[in-house]
Amino acid sequence: MIDPVTLIVALIGASTPILLAAIGELVVEKSGVLNLGVEGMMIIGAICGFMTAVNIGFSWSGFVAGAAGGAILSVVFAFLTQFLLSNQVATGLALTLFGLGLAALLGEAYSGISPPLTPDLFPQTLQEGSAISSIIFGHDPVIYLSLGLVAAVWYVLQHTRAGLILRAVGENHDAAHALGYRVVRIRCLAIIFGGACAGLGGAYLSLVRVPSWTEGMTAGAGWIALAIVVFASWRPWRALLGAYLFGGIAALQLRLQASDITVPVVLLDMSPYIVTIVVLVLMSSNRVRATLNAPAALGKVFHASG
Amino acid sequence: MADHSWRVKFMGLILFIVAGIVAWVAAIEPNRNTCPNQGDHKMNPTFKRIARAVAGALLALGLAAPVAAQDDPFHVGFVYVGPVGDYGWTWTHDQGRQAVEEAYGDKVHTTYVESVPEGADAERVMTQMILNGADMIFTTSFGYMDATNNVAARFPDVVFEHATGYRRDHPNVATYSARFYEGRAVMGHIAGHMTESNIVGYIASHPIPEVIRGINAAYLHAAQVNPDVEFRIVWVYTWFDPAVEADAAQALVDAGADVVLQHTDSTAPMTVLAEAGAYGFGQASDMLQFAPAPRISAILDQWSAYYVRRVGEAMEGTWEQADTWDGISAGMVGIGKMTDAIPPEVRASAMALLDSIASGEYHPFTGPINTQDGQVWLTAGETPEDGPLAGMEFYVEGIDAEIPN
Repeated sequence: MIDPVTLIVALIGASTPILLAAIGELVVEKSGVLNLGVEGMMIIGAICGFMTAVNIGFSWSGFVAGAAGGAILSVVFAFLTQFLLSNQVATGLALTLFGLGLAALLGEAYSGISPPLTPDLFPQTLQEGSAISSIIFGHDPVIYLSLGLVAAVWYVLQHTRAGLILRAVGENHDAAHALGYRVVRIRCLAIIFGGACAGLGGAYLSLVRVPSWTEGMTAGAGWIALAIVVFASWRPWRALLGAYLFGGIAALQLRLQASDITVPVVLLDMSPYIVTIVVLVLMSSNRVRATLNAPAALGKVFHASG
Repeated sequence: MADHSWRVKFMGLILFIVAGIVAWVAAIEPNRNTCPNQGDHKMNPTFKRIARAVAGALLALGLAAPVAAQDDPFHVGFVYVGPVGDYGWTWTHDQGRQAVEEAYGDKVHTTYVESVPEGADAERVMTQMILNGADMIFTTSFGYMDATNNVAARFPDVVFEHATGYRRDHPNVATYSARFYEGRAVMGHIAGHMTESNIVGYIASHPIPEVIRGINAAYLHAAQVNPDVEFRIVWVYTWFDPAVEADAAQALVDAGADVVLQHTDSTAPMTVLAEAGAYGFGQASDMLQFAPAPRISAILDQWSAYYVRRVGEAMEGTWEQADTWDGISAGMVGIGKMTDAIPPEVRASAMALLDSIASGEYHPFTGPINTQDGQVWLTAGETPEDGPLAGMEFYVEGIDAEIPN
C-alpha cells in the first residue's frame, strides 16, 4: 500500500521548483508584465547553482548563485521589454530558447557529477517522533523558504503600500504613471524578483530534487509554473494549492503504479493534467471574477508619452 | 574534428542578439510617432540603416554557417531524441557518430540535431538536413519511423538508417536494432540474486515491444534464480525527464524495491538509489560515476562498429537495404563491469549466462514460457522466431501488471 507520509514528503519536494517559479511569475504578472522565459531562467538557475555548489562545496552557495543567475537573465528581458519596448511574448520565448542553449553550453563539463548534499533544516531526532513531525520537520531550508515567500508575497501584495503600487502599475500603467510612480523601474524590479525565484526553483531542481545536472533537465517545469499562475488566478495561496495539487497528483500516480493496486496507467498518467483542467474550468466558471483578477495591463507595452 | 554542438549553440546566441536588435529597431518606430517633441527619441535615419544592416549581417552569418559546411565530404546527419549530454541512449549514438568521424577523417562530415520531438517535427529536421547536403541520415528513435519513411519517399538518393523500427517502405531505408533483451536477461539474473525484499522496480518509458521485451527478459531470469521475486513497473511516458525519472525511482523505493532497473535515459534514478542504498544498472552508457554502488553493472549500447561499417558501405556505393538485429555476440550489446557489490558467485553465474548467450548456445527466451494469461507461448526447448519476438506485446506469466495501451 501507499505510505501517506512518504507521499506527502515526495509531493512537497516535487512541487517546490514549480511553486518557486510560479510565485515569482505571479509578482511579474501582477505588475503587468508577461514573461514567458520562466523555463529559460529556471534552467540557467539550475546550472549556475549546480556549478557554484560543486566548485565551492556548499549547497547554500548554489541556491544564491541560482537565484542570481535567473535574475541576471531576467535583466536581459527587462532591458529588452522595458527600455527597447520589444514584444513581451516574443522576447520571453527567445529568453527560453536562449536559456536552454546557454545552460547546455555552460553545463557541458558537469554531467554525471553529484553536488554537495543539502542538509535538512531540523535535526534528525526532531523528525523521527511521529508521522506529523516528519511531515512538518523533515525538509530542507528551501522548502520552508518557499512557503515563507508565498506568505510574504501575499502580505506585501494585499496589505502594504508597495503591493498596492505594484498592482496599480499592473492594472493601469498610464494612471500609475500620472500619479508619479515610476512604472518602468517598478516593473524591472518585479521582473528581477521573478527571475531570482525561477532561478532558485531551477537550482532546487539540480541540487535537491534530481540531484545532478543533465541538459534540458527542467523538461517543461517552467511552462507548468506559468499555467499555475493562471490556474491560481494571480493569488499567492492558490498558487501554492495549484503547485501542490499538480505535484501531489504526479507523485501519487507514480506511487499507485509502483504499488500492487492495478489502476489503468493511462488514466493515472494524464491525471495531473485532467485535474488541472477541471479545476481551471471550475475556477473560471465565474467569468466576472476571473476577468477582475487578471491584471488589466498584462502584456501591454508601456511608454511614458503624452 | 570540430564539435558541432558548439556551433549550434553559438548560432542560438547570434539569433538571440539579432532578435534583440530587431526588437530595438522595431521599437523605435512607435516612439517617433507618439512623441514627436522629444528629441532624444528621434532616430537618425542613417543610424537606423546601420542598425538594420548589422541585424541583416548577423542573420546572414547565422545562415551562412551551415552552407559553408557542405563541401566534398560525405555528409552524414544524425537525428537524436534527447540531448547528447544525457549519458544514456543519445550519448551512445553520439559516440557512434564520433567513431565515424574518427574512422574516415576528412572524407566524412557529420552533423546532428538533438532533442528532436518524435513526430512531424522530425520530418522538418530531416528535410532541412538533406537541403543542407546530407547524403545519409541516421534517425535514432522508434518514434521517427513514419517520418523517416515519408522523407525517404521524397529523397530516393539519400540513404536512411532507422533505429529500432520495422518499416522499410522504400529501398533507401534500412532498420537496425540491438538485441537488448540479451543484456536485460543478465541484468534480471543479477537483480534476482541481489534483491532482499524480493521486489524489483522497473522504470519503463513507452509501452512498445522493445520495452516490454526487456521487462519480460529481465523478469524471466530474475524468477529463474529467485521464484519469489515480484516486479513493480512504473510507466513514465518519456525517454528523458530527469525529475520524473527520479520521482519514479523514489516511488519504487518507497514501495519496497531494493533493486531498480531503468529503461529511461538519464542518470537521475541513480542519485535516488544512491541515497536509498538500493541497487541499479547503468542504462545505455556505463554510468560508471555511480559505481561500485548503486550502479552494480550496466547494459551498454555499442553502435560504433555498425555506424562505421554502414557509412563506409554508403560511401563506396555498396550500401543495401537491411534489417539488422545484432546482440551480444556481434558486440552491439555489452554488459558493463560488474562491481564488487555483487557477490563473486553471482558474478560468475552472470558471466556464464552472458557467455552462453554470446556463443549462441542459449536464447534468453527458451520455452517453456507461458503468456500472462496462462496460454502456452513456447513449449519446452522452443525459441521464438525473430518476427513475433520483435512485435512482442504481452507480459509473460508471473508478471502481475497490465500493459497500458
